[in-house]
Amino acid sequence: MVDQDAVVHLLRRATFGPTAAEVEAAGRAGLAATLDRLLSPVGADPGAAATPAPDLGADPYAGISKESSREQRQQAQKKRAEQARGLVDWWLDRMVVAEHQLTEKLVFFWHGHWATSVRKVRSAQLMLGQLDTFRAYGRGPFEDLVRAMVRDPALILWLDGQRNTRTAPNENLARELMELFTLGIGHYTEADVKAGARALTGWQVDRRTGQARFVRRRHDPAEKTILGRTAAFDADSYARLLAARPEAGAFVAARLWARFAGADVPLPAALGGAAGTTTELLRALLTQAAFGQARGGLVKQPVEWAVGAMRQLGIRPGKLPEQQRRELVNRLAGMDQVPLRPPSVGGWPAGPAWLTTSSLQARMRLAALLAGAAAPEVTRRLAGTAPGDRPDALARLLVVDRWTPRTRAALAPLADDPRRLLVAGLVSPEYTVS
Amino acid sequence: MDILTRRRFLLASGVAGAGALAAGASAYGLADLFDTAGDRDPQARTLVLVTLYGGNDGLNTVVPYSDPAYQDARPELAYSADEVRRLDDQIGLNPALTGLHRLYGDGRLAIVRGVGYPTPDRSHFRSMDIWQTARPDRPEQTGWLGRWLDGVGGDPRLAVSFEPTLPPLLAGAHSAGAAVPVTERKARRPVGDQTLARLAVPEPGEPAGQARAAACFADLRAVDTMITEVRDAAAAEEADEGGDDQPAATATGGARGSLAAQLDLVAQCVEAGVSSRVFSASLGGFDTHADEKQLQAVLLGQVDKALTGFVDRMAGTEPGRKVVVAVYSEFGRRVRANASDGTDHGTASDVFLLGAGVNGGLHGEPPDLTRLDDGDLRFTTDFRDVYASLLERVLDTDPEQVLAGWRGRLSGVLT
Repeated sequence: MVDQDAVVHLLRRATFGPTAAEVEAAGRAGLAATLDRLLSPVGADPGAAATPAPDLGADPYAGISKESSREQRQQAQKKRAEQARGLVDWWLDRMVVAEHQLTEKLVFFWHGHWATSVRKVRSAQLMLGQLDTFRAYGRGPFEDLVRAMVRDPALILWLDGQRNTRTAPNENLARELMELFTLGIGHYTEADVKAGARALTGWQVDRRTGQARFVRRRHDPAEKTILGRTAAFDADSYARLLAARPEAGAFVAARLWARFAGADVPLPAALGGAAGTTTELLRALLTQAAFGQARGGLVKQPVEWAVGAMRQLGIRPGKLPEQQRRELVNRLAGMDQVPLRPPSVGGWPAGPAWLTTSSLQARMRLAALLAGAAAPEVTRRLAGTAPGDRPDALARLLVVDRWTPRTRAALAPLADDPRRLLVAGLVSPEYTVS
Repeated sequence: MDILTRRRFLLASGVAGAGALAAGASAYGLADLFDTAGDRDPQARTLVLVTLYGGNDGLNTVVPYSDPAYQDARPELAYSADEVRRLDDQIGLNPALTGLHRLYGDGRLAIVRGVGYPTPDRSHFRSMDIWQTARPDRPEQTGWLGRWLDGVGGDPRLAVSFEPTLPPLLAGAHSAGAAVPVTERKARRPVGDQTLARLAVPEPGEPAGQARAAACFADLRAVDTMITEVRDAAAAEEADEGGDDQPAATATGGARGSLAAQLDLVAQCVEAGVSSRVFSASLGGFDTHADEKQLQAVLLGQVDKALTGFVDRMAGTEPGRKVVVAVYSEFGRRVRANASDGTDHGTASDVFLLGAGVNGGLHGEPPDLTRLDDGDLRFTTDFRDVYASLLERVLDTDPEQVLAGWRGRLSGVLT
């Protein structure tokens, strides 16, 4: 029984939101096997195969030159915005359908960590490229990820790496690289930022090919002193220097802990000095005693909330009519979280910051949309239960351990109307946390 | 409103701050307050805090046009003596700030020079965090006005934002201000009011996040009532004025810039006499690393129009004349332009204070452009002096409670 509780808790945290069937299957498999399957799924993911990334072709703006007309420019911008919207739709669909849920959730975690926004990058191609980088390197050693990211075209454009040259260094990328991505505030000096910016000089994004390339004449090859080490650092050796710092391991562990366990529970000491791959770090994290005790302590991020609900209600966002897909994203915006559009390079907030009177209004409207779009068999099953048993059936559907007397009193009068019951369950305080 | 509720409201709203009560409420009798027609003390002031996100270039906002060091550091970006709206023979406003130039002439705009904090941080997020938490020395989870809200009872109606996201400055330890998006329409709620009321009930022993989620339902019902009343009143007024000929000045109109739309709603709230003491509004996009001049002028033009319209409107009513507007950004920008015709993240900048209760003019010391700290301006006024004065003079609150014992104040800026 205790094992069953632990399995459900693990699933709620390591997936976007487990279905009742997944809970049942994991209960049969047991905690250890469930953890293995989440961390090291075997074989290809049929869900991912069913949702291939869109074929975007070249950046619509790539053909635009100085001679292009205003109409051509506007047309290209419009196409770009369409592609960016399409990419968000695709990713939400992928999050729902992916069977390797932790793999997908880790991509979302890294997206929030290296928070890059399509609103400045503009190119869906480059944003998709960055997600591919998270897929390729996000489970392995942190060093590989950092080395890949300092030459990631979307990140370079996002943080003005494009403008960072030997003659006029731009510090934006170097600063955020240390502050937000690898070391955390207080573990470097202003001089380190200036020297780091010089190390990163020379990387340029070719908008036509969508590739980042190294332009030697723009690079500053001189010696730099960064974090007490003096060498002719370039982007790669700077990345390796950062990833090897003990602060980097502790920083990443704390960031993972905050998203998967919760910021209110102190980071266990055992994780602070962890080295190795991100998968190993996640395994250590998810098997901590403190992780088990963190139940109910995490406020779901809006994307987690919506994607989890769609999984449980049998909704494929990619199959929703255009207008509802627009509304889904608009409501997520009202809840302050749209994939590919983090509010800043600092990423999204956590905890009670999600719970405001304004986000609640968007949450209620989205809950209504989802309840209306629920798969017919889901609604039928709920309606097929005796009205008095429906709140419990709803708890099983939404994988909520139990309703408090408060929420039970709110749900009981709605039992005759399965759809309104569903809306109330989705916005309930119990379903808001994980 | 019955006496008991009104009394609780007045205490919670900080109208009769702890100091006033202890001193026998010398400023005004409690009974007078209870008898007031509206829901708030007519003497109570209102703070409207406007945040310019991205780091507004202070040197091209309040321009030291006659300083050769300014012209030399950014030849392509600098404004000349002919271009600026002159304040005196050294300082001028950005050409886009025509309305603010007029308000300055009327003595309704105070410019506090060189505001910043020690060991400036050039990260947007850290620096904005510092401005919003008012703790430059260590990480802090709560915003400065959120702590004020905690101290006056935590009713979210006391601190209202019309921004799409609740700004961190309104997040307290136990409470948060209300975020009411400007675009919110009175569409039918998919969840009935009875269900909202039932879900609002706290449960003993539930996890903190879950408790907060339940409290949101209670908050929403309270905010709803307030905003509905304000909007209804505004709609009725428009109808009285024969409405159809006039363009709707309502917050839901999409024609205006977003800052103007936010301030329109603030104006309606102030005129309706709602209990709110603090409003937060904002405009983003000031991160002008490249091709700055035109971009900043467009943004400052929006700021100018929105602020001027608001301040003029506020001057027309008694509650409006109790409003103080404060405008800030997380940092200024480097003195020297970069190679992309923009400027990188800098340090100290100016804070604007506007309203009838403000002593207009230039206050404090302008930073010296020839005595830079690694290419950046040295601040001359600590931002906590500004906050402390706002807390004390506008919100009738002891600043030391909110600002970790901070004792500095602006002198002579707020009446």
